[in-house]
Amino acid sequence: MTSRARRAARLGMKSLLVLFLFLAVAASAMAGTVRGTGDLGIVVERASGRVVIIEHSHRSRIGAVDGLGDLSHASAVFSRDGRFAYVFGRDGGLSKIDLIEAKLVRRIVQAGNAIGGAISADGRLIAVSNYEPGGVKIFDAESLDLVADLPAESNGQRSKVVGLVETADGAFVYTLYDAGEIWIADVAEPARPAIRKFPGIGAFPYDGVTVDGGRSYVAGLFGEDGLALLDLWRPEAGVRRVLSGYGRGEEPLPVYKMPHLEGVTVAGGNVFLPAVGRHELLVADVRTWAEVARIPVHGQPVFAVARPDGRQVWVNFAHPHNDTVQVIDVPSLKVAHTLRPGKAVMHLEFTPKGDQVWISARDEDLVRIYDPRTLAELGAIAAEKPSGIFFTARATRLGY
Amino acid sequence: MRAALSFGLAVAAFAAALPAHGEGIDVARQSYLANLLTQDCGSCHGLTMKGGLGPALLPAALAERDDAVLVETILDGRPGTPMPPWRFELSQQEAAWLVARLREGVR
Repeated sequence: MTSRARRAARLGMKSLLVLFLFLAVAASAMAGTVRGTGDLGIVVERASGRVVIIEHSHRSRIGAVDGLGDLSHASAVFSRDGRFAYVFGRDGGLSKIDLIEAKLVRRIVQAGNAIGGAISADGRLIAVSNYEPGGVKIFDAESLDLVADLPAESNGQRSKVVGLVETADGAFVYTLYDAGEIWIADVAEPARPAIRKFPGIGAFPYDGVTVDGGRSYVAGLFGEDGLALLDLWRPEAGVRRVLSGYGRGEEPLPVYKMPHLEGVTVAGGNVFLPAVGRHELLVADVRTWAEVARIPVHGQPVFAVARPDGRQVWVNFAHPHNDTVQVIDVPSLKVAHTLRPGKAVMHLEFTPKGDQVWISARDEDLVRIYDPRTLAELGAIAAEKPSGIFFTARATRLGY
Repeated sequence: MRAALSFGLAVAAFAAALPAHGEGIDVARQSYLANLLTQDCGSCHGLTMKGGLGPALLPAALAERDDAVLVETILDGRPGTPMPPWRFELSQQEAAWLVARLREGVR
C-alpha cells in the first residue's frame, strides 16, 4: 500500500468513527425521550417559580421547568396519560407542562389569586378554584382556552373557592369559604352549566375532598368543630354535619397553618382527618361517620395521608412543630413512629404502591425519601424551598 | 367610647416607645424573621403578600393602618378569624420589625 493510500484509509476510518459516535449519541438522545410516564412526578420549588421533574424508579431529578410565577400553595393535576402536569399557582397562573420534554407548553394567568384545581373525569376540562375574583373557571385541557366562568356569588357577595374536585359523573364539586356553601357544577354543556347549591354547611369551610373512592365529599370547617358531609351517591339527601363538637367546647389552640384535606383516605374502614385547633387526628367510621377515636399527635396536623394499603397514616404538622412527621399504626390507632425529616416539612407523597414516601423539608432545601416499612432513608433530592410533591399516579385517581 | 379612646391613646403611646426597627435584633434573627414572614405568614397571606385565605399585606393595603394596631394583630392575633397570636415566639420589637418589612414591601 502506498503512503497516500494508507492516509486515505486512515481518514476513512476516522470519518466512520465520527459517524458512528454521532449516531450513537443521537440514538441515546432519542432513547431518552421514549419512556413511560408512570414513575414521573413534580416537586414544586415554591419560591423560585419552578417545578423539578423527578422519577421514582431510581429516585432522581430528570429536569426542571422555570417561569411559573408565584407558586406558594401551588398544586397540580395530570393529564390521563401522565404526560402533562397542570400547575395551579397562587398568582392565578395555570401552567401546562410537558414532563417528557421538560418544557412549558402554555401558561395563562386566569385570575388574580388562585388556590387549586381539578381535571374532569374525561380529561378534557381543567377547573381552577379562585380567591380573587371568587369562583371557578373551566378551561379546555388541550388549549387552555376558557370554556366556562362560574362566579361564586352568594347573597350578592363573591366568595373564595376551596376544595375543588371532579366527580365520576363529569361534574365538579367545590366549597365557598366565605358563604359556607357546597356547589356541584355539571358542565356537560359548558355554555350552560347546571349548578346545585347546598347552603348553610357551617362557618369558614377551609377545604374539601372526596373520600371513599369518590362516594362522599367532605368539607372541613375552621369556624366550628365538625365537618360537612355530602353523599355524592345521594346528593338530594343534602349536607349533614359530622364529628360535630369534637372540641368539647374547649378553646381551640391557635392554628399556624391551615390543615389540608388532600390525601385523606379510608384506612382500615376508618377515615383519618386533621382536627382544627387540637393536636389530634380524628378517626371516623366511613359508613356511619361516627367518631371512633382521637389520636393525640405532636402538633396541629396539616396533611394526614394513608399509605396506599391503609396500613399506616403519615402526618405532618403546622409551625412551630413542622420539623416532625408521625406515623400512625392503623390497627392500634396509635402513633408508632416519630421522624424528624428537617425544618419546615410541607408535604408528603407515596409512590403508587407504597414502597416509598417522599417528604419535602422546605427550609432544608431537600426532599427526603423513606421506606415506609423500615423507615430507612432511601435518599434525598435537592430542591430550592420545596413544597408540594405530585406523582403522575394521581392521573388515574378520582379526586386528585 | 372613652375606653376605646384611652385604649387608642395607650396604643399610640406604646407605638411611640417602640425602638427603631432592626435595633437589637441580630443578623441571624433578622434572617429567621424574614424567612418566617415570607414562608409562614406567606402560607395564608401569599408569598408576595398579595393575600390568600388571609388578606393582602401589601404596602398599599396597610397604608391606612397604624403600626401599633398591626403589631398588636401579629402578637395577639384576631379572635374570630384564622389569624393566630404570635406572642409565643415574637417580641414587640420583632413584630415591629416585621411591620416595617411589610411597609417596605416584601421582595
